[in-house]
Amino acid sequence: MDPPLRFVLCGSVDDGKSTLIGRILHDCGQVFADQMEGVEEDSRRYGTQGDATDLALLLDGLKDERQQGITIDVAHRGFATARRRFIVADAPGHEQYTRNMATGASTARLAVVLADARKGILPQTARHTRIAAMFGVGHFVLAVNKMDLVGWDHDAFESIVSGYRTLAEEIGIPDVATIPVCALTGDNLTRSSGRTPWYTGPTLLEHLEAVAVEPRTAGQPFRMPVQYVNRPDAGFRGYCGRVVSGTVKPGDRVRISPAGTTATVESIMAWQDTRARAKRGDSITLTLRPDVDVTRGDVIVDADRPLEVADQFQAKILWMDDAPLTVGRRYRLKLHTREVEATVTRIRHRIDVSDGSQLAAPHLGINDLGVVNLATSRPVPFAPFDESRELGGFILIDRATNATVGAGTLTFALMRAANLKWQDFDVDGEVRAELKRQRPRCLWLTGLSASGKSTIANLLERQLVTEGRHTYLLDGDNVRHGLNRDLGFTEADRVENIRRVAEVARLMVDAGLIVIVSFISPFRSERDFARSLFEPDDFMEIFVDASVEACAARDPKGLYAKAKRGEIRNFTGIDSPYEPPERPDVHLDTEGLSPEECVEIVMRRLA
Amino acid sequence: MSRYGGGQTILAAVDAIFGVMSSCLSALESEAIEIIREGVATAARPVMLYSIGKDSSVLLHLARKAFWPAQPPMPLLHVDTTWKFREMIALRDRVAAEAGVQLIVHTNQEGIDAGITPFTHGSDHYTDIMKTVALRQALDAGRYDMVFVGARRDEEKSRAKERVFSLRNGAHQWDPKAQRPELWNLYNTRLHAGESLRVAPLSNWSEPDIWRYIAAEGIPIVPLYYAAERPVVERDGQWIMVDDGRMPLVPGERPQLRRVRFRTLGCYPLTAAIESSADTLDAIVAETLAAEHSERRGRLIDHDGEAAMERKKREGYF
Repeated sequence: MDPPLRFVLCGSVDDGKSTLIGRILHDCGQVFADQMEGVEEDSRRYGTQGDATDLALLLDGLKDERQQGITIDVAHRGFATARRRFIVADAPGHEQYTRNMATGASTARLAVVLADARKGILPQTARHTRIAAMFGVGHFVLAVNKMDLVGWDHDAFESIVSGYRTLAEEIGIPDVATIPVCALTGDNLTRSSGRTPWYTGPTLLEHLEAVAVEPRTAGQPFRMPVQYVNRPDAGFRGYCGRVVSGTVKPGDRVRISPAGTTATVESIMAWQDTRARAKRGDSITLTLRPDVDVTRGDVIVDADRPLEVADQFQAKILWMDDAPLTVGRRYRLKLHTREVEATVTRIRHRIDVSDGSQLAAPHLGINDLGVVNLATSRPVPFAPFDESRELGGFILIDRATNATVGAGTLTFALMRAANLKWQDFDVDGEVRAELKRQRPRCLWLTGLSASGKSTIANLLERQLVTEGRHTYLLDGDNVRHGLNRDLGFTEADRVENIRRVAEVARLMVDAGLIVIVSFISPFRSERDFARSLFEPDDFMEIFVDASVEACAARDPKGLYAKAKRGEIRNFTGIDSPYEPPERPDVHLDTEGLSPEECVEIVMRRLA
Repeated sequence: MSRYGGGQTILAAVDAIFGVMSSCLSALESEAIEIIREGVATAARPVMLYSIGKDSSVLLHLARKAFWPAQPPMPLLHVDTTWKFREMIALRDRVAAEAGVQLIVHTNQEGIDAGITPFTHGSDHYTDIMKTVALRQALDAGRYDMVFVGARRDEEKSRAKERVFSLRNGAHQWDPKAQRPELWNLYNTRLHAGESLRVAPLSNWSEPDIWRYIAAEGIPIVPLYYAAERPVVERDGQWIMVDDGRMPLVPGERPQLRRVRFRTLGCYPLTAAIESSADTLDAIVAETLAAEHSERRGRLIDHDGEAAMERKKREGYF
């Protein structure tokens, strides 16, 4: 038996995708009795077909989907007839779930595109067709659904078909079959309809059973990306991977890409044995002689047919994140088994999904398709996507959120001279912050002695560290004894003291840290100076507020008593002024709030 | 026409008899091995959940193949509710020793101390404490970031919606509305601290595929899958096996000997047997191909209200 034909079912929302596949499964006897009972029960509760069973509920596997009557994520469902096995990806039609549709399309060889006979080709029909084609789907079926609602009218069908053929031609899709159907009643799905005498072609199922899908890699040389180096002991080194094209046997000369070194295949390991040959699709372990250096992300290829290696590409991208794709931002790029840093150096154009026209675009938003120039941090072995799905398809991962934000296909390598060179790793504040997965800031606590700054600062830092943040606390204790050991308590020295602390805090924020500064810092001008060193949102002035009387009453170090006795001069609040902030970012009244409550307030502001 | 296509019954039987792997099985095998290797290559602390059932048996076999001649570089984790069939525990210990892998057995001791049993607390509460909570405890203790599971998309319709590499948050919860796009075979395995991935290498396998593969590869399975005379009682139209003396019988209820087998195995009081005479792999394949009910019908916990499985997964059950 051959592996299943994988196809994706796509089209706009409410064109009847889940109903269509539900109907096919049902009519093929592919639904278990207990599953059917479940669907009947769900139909009474959520069904959209009155008293009739709503077969879409066979596929809508999430509770939210059944309740809202829509498809949110792609469902993968296997089924079989006497002639062929299938895995169908039932894709959501809503534009906001395009990335889930792309997930389903990426592993499909064929797409069944639905169109509502009353509405024809919608922008979403075109978007799905374009994405499916971009991600390697080579065969298309246009199923014009709800033919009952247009009276089985031949002209209505032909006019939609002609619109779709224009679209297919523009995109460059060679193979399109067109079938008039009614998913609700099953006409032309698994049995020929008596109501479309003008249609003499196969039913949808007959077409799916018969269509020939050839992998594009036929005739290509041996290529295998290395997934894993198996090294149980010093005596064995095996290179594990899945063959993406060609065949390999012991004695074959191979080349390691990108290094370019060559070796001979010593053996192909199989379970408790070795094997004589491996072909496209096989997961294998190779041993080589001599034992050249090979790591995950390398590609082992036919020695005489080296793979192209490049770090500048033209690529097509589907953007899938709420935050737009911006030129110059660094992403992680995963191509076969290799991960590198990548940046889009130029957006050549955005593609209008409806008519394919090229639009100028400063960035790509969610669900946009575009053509870009792409630069990788290191040269990578690859093949154009049109030649190899496995060696030319890539995803982009956001370095801070780890989300899969884009998916694309390498079109060709660009000549290095014609392009900007990869800016070899500008390590800046943004990069350091992303590494620490946090937003660096300076939290500047000002207030009288004994107002509660140190207590709050310590608690705050502990809380931040508990949440996995990287912090540093600057206070009198760790600054006065080292960095500012040479400073006294004159007015000039106090200004210099604050200046140095502010500058150090700025450097630490640039290093990616959340810096808590706990200093009396009595003068507005000093605090304003400190603020001026930071980006507007990176500095938070936190007023730790307690009256002089309250502080003097607390007086944990006995300083107020000494100052009142005249043993300490220039003591803030006694014989030196404190200028309270006029508009602090956070105001903490420590006479009314516990330290824990104060920390909570600050944490909320940071969230 | 049977669910899996009438014409294939004979072919399947031929495959099973001669131990030949069809191109379909060999493609499924290669895909699963690729997924296992990808998970292990990008994991800090991988682990394989091992439930001793047929899918787990296939998964372990694939892991052994993926890394041969080395042992699979990850431990097996079995969440033992203490209510597993005795034949299951016997197979577990034998197979783990044979494969040369570390076997971690975890039981929720707090649940035992609180006297939680499937009879006294209802299947929903029992499953939550002894399986879901227990699993979370074991995963937290091991700080595992890549958790291999034997789930198949054809088992249940919320599973059909799940990615091969399925992201779980720090509390092991699945958020079905925030799944990462999964393009081709490019799996995004990047994680924040505390997050983990549930990896399902058997996603695209069907129940008959599992049986054909077990036959083709000669994988040892729990004998309960084969039909034999066993002591059972009938409850709510399902055959429940009396595996030991802990099973409380209602007045008038007497265990009777019936020729039964199991399509799926779990905790014995929560797993129903089917009447069957299939006592060879060929007969099991044939019976599976002709089945009118899904295998999950015999799992009582799937019927705890609408969307039961999706809710359990959101809570961290596998």
